Amino acid sequence: MMSDITSQSLTSLVKNIKDKKLSSEEITKAFVDRSEKSKELNSYITEDFSNAIKKAKKFDQSPNLDLKLPGIPMAVKDLFCTKNLRTTAGSKILENFIPTYESTVTQNIWNEGSILLGKLNCDEFAMGSSNETSFYGNVQNPIDKDLVPGGSSGGSASAVSGQLTPITIGTDTGGSIRQPASFTGTVGLKPTYGSCSRYGIVAFASSLDQAGPMAQNVEDCALLQEVISTYDTKDSTSIEFKRNHYSKELNKDIKGKKIGIPKEYRVEGMPKEIEELWQKGIQYAKDCGAEIIDISLPHTSYALPTYYIVAPAEASSNLARYDGVKYGFRAKGENLIDMYEKTRSEGFGAEVQRRIMIGTYVLSSGYYDAYYLKAQKVRKLIKNDFDEAYKKVDAILTPSTPSSAFKIGEKKDDPVSMYLNDIFTVPVNLAGLPAMSIPAGHDANGYPLGLQIIGKAFDEQGILNISYAMEDKINFKNKITDWWIK
Amino acid sequence: MVKSNPEFLIERKDNIYEVVIGLEVHAQVTSNSKLFSSSSTKFGAEPNTQVSLVDAAFPGMLPVINEFCVKQAIKTGIGLRAEINKRSVFDRKNYFYSDLPQGYQISQFKYPIVGEGTVVLDMPDGQKEVGIERLHLEQDAGKSIHDMDPKNTLVDLNRSGVALMEIVSKPDLRTPDEVSAYIKKLRSIMRYLDTCDGNMQEGSLRADVNVSVRLKDSKKLGTRCEIKNVNSIKFMQMAINYEANRQVDLIEEGKSIDQETRLFDTKKNETRSMRSKEDAHDYRYFPDPDLLPLEVTDEFVEKLKADIPELPDDKKKRFIDEFKVSAYEATILVSDIETAKYFEEVVAKMGKNRDMKLAVNWITGELFAVLNNKNLEISQSPISAKNLAKLINLIKNGTISGKIAKTIFELMMDGDKDPQIIVEEKGLKQQSDPKALEALIDKIIDDNREKAIEYKNGKEKLFGFFVGQAMKVSGGKANPQLINEILKKKL
Repeated sequence: MMSDITSQSLTSLVKNIKDKKLSSEEITKAFVDRSEKSKELNSYITEDFSNAIKKAKKFDQSPNLDLKLPGIPMAVKDLFCTKNLRTTAGSKILENFIPTYESTVTQNIWNEGSILLGKLNCDEFAMGSSNETSFYGNVQNPIDKDLVPGGSSGGSASAVSGQLTPITIGTDTGGSIRQPASFTGTVGLKPTYGSCSRYGIVAFASSLDQAGPMAQNVEDCALLQEVISTYDTKDSTSIEFKRNHYSKELNKDIKGKKIGIPKEYRVEGMPKEIEELWQKGIQYAKDCGAEIIDISLPHTSYALPTYYIVAPAEASSNLARYDGVKYGFRAKGENLIDMYEKTRSEGFGAEVQRRIMIGTYVLSSGYYDAYYLKAQKVRKLIKNDFDEAYKKVDAILTPSTPSSAFKIGEKKDDPVSMYLNDIFTVPVNLAGLPAMSIPAGHDANGYPLGLQIIGKAFDEQGILNISYAMEDKINFKNKITDWWIK
Repeated sequence: MVKSNPEFLIERKDNIYEVVIGLEVHAQVTSNSKLFSSSSTKFGAEPNTQVSLVDAAFPGMLPVINEFCVKQAIKTGIGLRAEINKRSVFDRKNYFYSDLPQGYQISQFKYPIVGEGTVVLDMPDGQKEVGIERLHLEQDAGKSIHDMDPKNTLVDLNRSGVALMEIVSKPDLRTPDEVSAYIKKLRSIMRYLDTCDGNMQEGSLRADVNVSVRLKDSKKLGTRCEIKNVNSIKFMQMAINYEANRQVDLIEEGKSIDQETRLFDTKKNETRSMRSKEDAHDYRYFPDPDLLPLEVTDEFVEKLKADIPELPDDKKKRFIDEFKVSAYEATILVSDIETAKYFEEVVAKMGKNRDMKLAVNWITGELFAVLNNKNLEISQSPISAKNLAKLINLIKNGTISGKIAKTIFELMMDGDKDPQIIVEEKGLKQQSDPKALEALIDKIIDDNREKAIEYKNGKEKLFGFFVGQAMKVSGGKANPQLINEILKKKL
């Protein structure tokens, strides 16, 4: 019975609640029980299970069934500040930080009747592609033991894939929703920059960060996007535009849609199975009635180096506030400078320190023009590439990642090979566009592989529809054996 | 020493040096809430009671620009006759300090909201134009308190995030007197506009002073030193005086001047090195990605322009044209907006037969003296403009003498009394009946026969004696002009 509940999609759970076939308490307890049995995945940093059950009971007493997420439990990435519940950003420096405020995105979710289960593991300050930089330990990919779930939203991907939460939200700065979705056989959407408010989300790189939904399927993803995307005056970069009822307007008819295939994404050394997946994807799209058009995004190869200048630069400044003075971890020091040095050396992990150093370097006088300023110019060129392409096509299809999930520890000491994971996802963040990853096949080991559909700015509906249509044709089944449940 | 050298040249053996000064003034924007948060900016509140999550830089908190502060900066720019930049950018100035919660200050580096402008100074020997390089908006930091706890530094974040305008002058100032005039003029303009209260005691107006020296007639700028955060005009002048002489001494000794930041020690009256150019912070400025570039339309600026009140320079010109006061008098009258208002009210209340000379003299003389004594602003004046105008009219129409007017003025201070009533109650009306005065004078001459003869024999000084007697006998009420005339005739 319990797995009957946890294996259901969000859409089906919402229907069962509205039809009064299931109570919020039953659903919440089912996910709590499964989460309790799944400690080995290490998906959670902070659990709030007893509170969740209390809230579910309270919901059932006078259920408001007009809400979009009525009594649906949900765990969220630990980068979203949650009022009165510890928020760590995967870092020791915020080990004991309990916000007195709620992020706009999570507030939107609770306003629609959802119930917080707990906070999900992630790379420290969302800096990583395998969840191995978290102070709270590695996360297991439910697909296989000792396989990374991807990152930085690794706990989120693991929890959705392992059915510890029916749905979740992550954040995506350079691929942190799409890459883990691809590694775990789940669906992830990075919305247009400015679609979801950044208020109350621990900042990594402000000009790139964007929250987004992660789900078992496209329909669930559309529903959650509909809930979290709002214009917010508390975020100066939030954009006022007409937001669709993404779930209601979801449509499989993509006949005649023009889908671009960028030749520059055929990178050197890309595994054969990724190329094959891409070809399969093209065929699926054709089967759906889409028109395939070859396009060029000439500055693609500069995206990764550009990203690794812009993101660390902003991060080096965004993370300056973690200084031991006002909140969070503080080490004892002889004087102010000594306290700063000890607090930040002990409070931040190696990857965060590396990026702070890179960021500080590229902003330093004498290097600013050569690195930061040049990166900003290249960023503009990358955006122009997309603008040009979108004169000809409605969306762009690429693989989500250049490989399937790798083993824990495999790339830990090789930052450059780790950074290469983001090669297909970072151009999208640099251009501020929406993009989705949908599961589309398996590699030789049976590990999932994802396809990425990139849209025009503000055209979340367009890529949701293409994904929805292709999902039907792909008919992907995740191979999860519950190996971690004894 | 400073005063006796209006040119402020520094002389050594064979060389004469000129001092070049530029100011960076930090003016706190008059606004109820902070630049990027809704916290109050009220001065003097309990520590850390006016701090929002944004001001304390909590995780995930984002700045949102306060439109009112933007308007204030633009208004100030208009007052400085400066170019208003339609597009400006907020940058992050990165450095670590315990009272800087974000680890960076949001400021405007490359693209300030206001560009080049001009301030006109009224110096004793004429007008002087001082160029404005720029004006930009930025956040203030909090306050570190080092002397309240023996072991710890305490931090008060009430000021953190308060909006400041940094107004940077060109190196156009040459003397401490010009510096004083410049600060006063800036303050005057901002008070007219209500964009900064200019209160130096409360830190609403602070300045960094850049000083360099060069041989007189040289065109090349010398190496400058920046004196940080000097918070009174007097200290600025003292600091400049010390610093200029220090630099001249170094040059005379054949040494070079290091570009550095210095602190002024008010107790020892000297500047001390704070950090050298090599130790200067690398602030790693870059555009704040949490804020979009600030764009204002022509319409927005025009609307603000339409609301700008008459500013000191225009008011001065009008006072000279309309009221025929001297340039010097006009400068004094317009320097403070409240004084100008008071003056204009007096003028209006005097009516058709107004006497500007009397009005100016009474305001800048008697009234200023009283305000000074009692340490009052003119807006708190114990004598209203209406009653002062009445008093002046009583003098003008001959009802009272200037001397009696002074007595009445004293009495008016008690509850802003109507001078007309005082005149009637105390019987202070001037005696202007020629026949009565002739009789009075006849009697005085009679009583002082010998002196009258001495006068006639050439001791002209005695004329004053007779005038004095006449005033004494009349109880000061005799019309002095008539007394003069009659005495001349009779003696």
